[in-house]
Amino acid sequence: MNNNIPNIVEIKNLSKNYNKKEVLKNINFNITEGQIVGLFGTNGSGKTTLIKIMAGLLKEYSGDVKIGGENVGVYTKSIVSYLPEKTYFNKNTTAEDAISIFSDFYTDFNADKAKSMLKELSLSETQRIGTMSKGMQEKLQLIMVMSREARLYLLDEPLGGVDPASRDYILDTIIKNYNEKSSILLSTHLIHDVERIFDKAVFIKDGNIVLNEYVDVIRDEKGTSIDKLFREVYK
Amino acid sequence: MKFDDNLPIYIQIMNEIKLMIVSGKLNTGDKLPSVRELAQEFGVNPNTIQRAFSELERENLVFAERTSGRYITNDGGIIMELKNNLAEEEIIKFLNYMKKIGFEEKEIIEKIKTMNRGEQ
Repeated sequence: MNNNIPNIVEIKNLSKNYNKKEVLKNINFNITEGQIVGLFGTNGSGKTTLIKIMAGLLKEYSGDVKIGGENVGVYTKSIVSYLPEKTYFNKNTTAEDAISIFSDFYTDFNADKAKSMLKELSLSETQRIGTMSKGMQEKLQLIMVMSREARLYLLDEPLGGVDPASRDYILDTIIKNYNEKSSILLSTHLIHDVERIFDKAVFIKDGNIVLNEYVDVIRDEKGTSIDKLFREVYK
Repeated sequence: MKFDDNLPIYIQIMNEIKLMIVSGKLNTGDKLPSVRELAQEFGVNPNTIQRAFSELERENLVFAERTSGRYITNDGGIIMELKNNLAEEEIIKFLNYMKKIGFEEKEIIEKIKTMNRGEQ
């Protein structure tokens, strides 16, 4: 399947330590262009560390991480749109401010797209972020990140604080707004109801990748959902 | 649409489209929505729809026109065959269940004939 499609991400022998603790242990994996990959793992398994390395936020690691054929750096940051686990907007800013900041920062940012998504998700352009609920802040952040025309979206727990109804809405927003040539790596510990959007599932456990497989293949061969398989692997 | 946990999603989407074909919601020669539209409608990854379409093409239920999109087959025979296959699959499931609860084939047929089906 997809043998001739190039990889957007190529990771070889990636290890990362915090002091003496080994957080990522010799990880190897690729992401093909156009794929939506789910990165699953319990808390502390290494998901966020892996994503931060790909986003260029953690520079000390050993191994080889290439995105769009280049080592992580200025170029890769220009093609990667990263959604951090925690919001980084100043509480006094509004969505309107965020749009102008992103427009300045990223040449690939589509302000019209952001505005229409705000409308779709019923968020005000003028409400201050500090007065928004956690779910609203997460939606806003996701809108900003998905409004870039990036080649790779790194979404770290985009569904953490939102209620199940909004979760569906956010997933639909992701599907609707990603360009089919770009790729998404989405980390989450909520698997059920989310797995419908993935091509592939990657399970990370204690810093190792313990599974990297097409969702269809998992269902075909094991006759089980990713959610059930996850519970087996992590019990 | 609520997906079954144990079956690949592309197969579930194929089944849904097949159902639309045999029930007449989609007619011979009808144009199918685009991959993107269906991905949004079903809330799944576009690659999943792509896969479902390719498989439907392989089964000759759908054909692609290079520029204008995908259409339901014009061959009524193929659709009749599909209807037949779906019916047989369902009957086999039903028979297996009836045998499980202790009915012989003859009794099953008798049961179908004599059953009071109420509002049906």
